[in-house]
Amino acid sequence: MTTRIVELRRGILKKNDELAAGLRERFTTAGVLVLNLVSSPGTGKTAFLERTLTELRARGASVAALVGDLETDNDARRLAASGAPVRQINTHGICHLDAEMITRHLEDWKDVSLIGLNLLFIENVGNLVCPSSYDLGERIRVALLSVTEGEDKPLKYPGLFNSADAAVITKIDLAKPCGFDRDQALRNINEIRPGIHVFETSAKTGAGMDEWINYLAWEAKLT
Amino acid sequence: MHELSIASSIVESVTESAAAYPGARVKEVRLRVGALASVVEDSLQFCWELATEDTPLAGSVLVIHLLPVIVHCAACNRDSQLDGVQSFRCLHCGEIAADFRQGRELEIESIEVEDPEPAPAALENREERA
Repeated sequence: MTTRIVELRRGILKKNDELAAGLRERFTTAGVLVLNLVSSPGTGKTAFLERTLTELRARGASVAALVGDLETDNDARRLAASGAPVRQINTHGICHLDAEMITRHLEDWKDVSLIGLNLLFIENVGNLVCPSSYDLGERIRVALLSVTEGEDKPLKYPGLFNSADAAVITKIDLAKPCGFDRDQALRNINEIRPGIHVFETSAKTGAGMDEWINYLAWEAKLT
Repeated sequence: MHELSIASSIVESVTESAAAYPGARVKEVRLRVGALASVVEDSLQFCWELATEDTPLAGSVLVIHLLPVIVHCAACNRDSQLDGVQSFRCLHCGEIAADFRQGRELEIESIEVEDPEPAPAALENREERA
């Protein structure tokens, strides 16, 4: 009986990475800026995205959103209030979105074409660990944290924050009552992902939204 | 808890590769996992038996090589191997270093396969032909 070692040197998520690369190429060709929004449950991703969609539409941008949750279409119904096309992805227990889900839902989504779309937002399942491993073909990965979660979130979840292209601090209208230490939070983000763009926002009061929308308009080359 | 998805991806990938060795048994699967890959070793081991059940990998051992983060410092042009994932600073000059040379790996390094004993019938046939 002989045994031998076979070298493979293959990425475990190679299939996902290949699908994501295909998506990225499609998005680039169609000229649509795709963002993947990741945070823990309760950070306020949906309220933040609802306001983002509304403000971008007011500027004449063509926007759409895919929203991932384990169950229910509550978030899709909330986001649809913005007037943008929204599609719910229910993962039924899976704790993250993957490139296969995005590919399949884009195919089935008859009322949205990538051509002519300026921005597509993908709201991931609320989870700060697993989504960091799955490339969805996005150009910008956004990590969100709320002032109610504490300043040390980036230190506790370095895998996600380190892979992000932008960070958004949400609910800053609650910073004072929560005793949120802004400087410490910014220092922590910068330790984990040096030089990243950080936006401090409130979907409730609109604080910081202009800066965020300007950033998106610039990245999406909106005129 | 996405370790079950990861384990299933490994099973799928290795089963594909092992098809090149018909009849061989996969004894061991060796991984390289970076400290920033967001994979928990214990959870992955816990899922392994479940993920390999009723597959050609049933009974195989999963060996996980954990790789620490290595950053390259642009300021002093040196690499540092870091103990943790809490701060990415050059150990030589203290500057923040974001040029990752290691730490995000999530790959199957190799597999160990055991070739089957040649079946007696096959040997007889060979003798007859000779």
